[in-house]
Amino acid sequence: NNMEETNKNKNKYSIIIPTYNERLNIALIVYLIFKHLRDVDFEIIVVDDGSPDGTQEVVKQLQQLYGEDRILLRPRPKKLGLGMNCLHSWFEHASGSFVVIMDADLSHHPKYLPSFIKKQLETGASIVTGTRYVRSGGVHGWNLMRKLTSRGANVLAQTLLWPGVSDLTGSFRLYKKSVLEDVISSCVSKGYVFQMEMIVRACRKGYHIEEVPITFVDRVFGSSKLGGSEIVEYLKGLLYLLITT
Amino acid sequence: MKHVVKILTLLVAITALWFGLLQTSVIPRSHTWLLPIYFIVSLGCYGLLMVGIGLMYFPTCPQEALLLQQDLKHSQFQTQCRHWEGNFG
Repeated sequence: NNMEETNKNKNKYSIIIPTYNERLNIALIVYLIFKHLRDVDFEIIVVDDGSPDGTQEVVKQLQQLYGEDRILLRPRPKKLGLGMNCLHSWFEHASGSFVVIMDADLSHHPKYLPSFIKKQLETGASIVTGTRYVRSGGVHGWNLMRKLTSRGANVLAQTLLWPGVSDLTGSFRLYKKSVLEDVISSCVSKGYVFQMEMIVRACRKGYHIEEVPITFVDRVFGSSKLGGSEIVEYLKGLLYLLITT
Repeated sequence: MKHVVKILTLLVAITALWFGLLQTSVIPRSHTWLLPIYFIVSLGCYGLLMVGIGLMYFPTCPQEALLLQQDLKHSQFQTQCRHWEGNFG
């Protein structure tokens, strides 16, 4: 059945990787994607926010190695990050009927891409989202405070929003392109609140969402990404989503 | 229906139930007045319990860091080979 599914899968997948100063990682992640998606029709779209470290030059070399039809470079003039006002340019060049968005720093491992695709083919889901918070998933590189903050934030979001997914802030997702266009048009947040808004709005619109376990290896050891200002932004985002979704 | 409307409807229903209990005196009034406080405290305790359980059973994957290191070494070697073949093959 797996072989039949693979052979019948004529879908094309556009894998969008936002980058900023990922000169060291981008070649590795491209290699791993090609390694794990051997019989799949895909393209990689690197959206680079004007990295000063030469990321775009590395991408151009990768285009020579793998082909310019397989790796597309979409440079942007400055660090725009995620968000509706920035994202429309991401997927207007995507030729696939499915879009995957993943991080470039190898915290999202491409080895999970086949499981995203398989889950979507099996269930016909509109969105398949990776979850770190189930038994067969997990996180490495978080200290106790980080885990506590994450768990507290998750419980609060589950209680207030009833989102239907276990991992709201994850950014490793597969979307049907038409669904992505529909959901993103009603999103206004940025950063990880944007990730929450996407999945909550998709849930409210009644889209079929499935989850697959993923592991997340935080390679920025020792640095907490959740300071006081991030917590305040998170709470504001939660309140915004509670009222507007 | 917006989600906040659902939650407000639920709160209104709970408040109506509380008023009903106050009116009918099924439970002694002294206890009924304290029900909202009991409810909020129970909700807080439930939240703390969920956070505690979630923390105790937080899924970790130390082996994935090792696997990633192996992947990185292998992929660096393969990328260099491919670059060599591209330039000199």
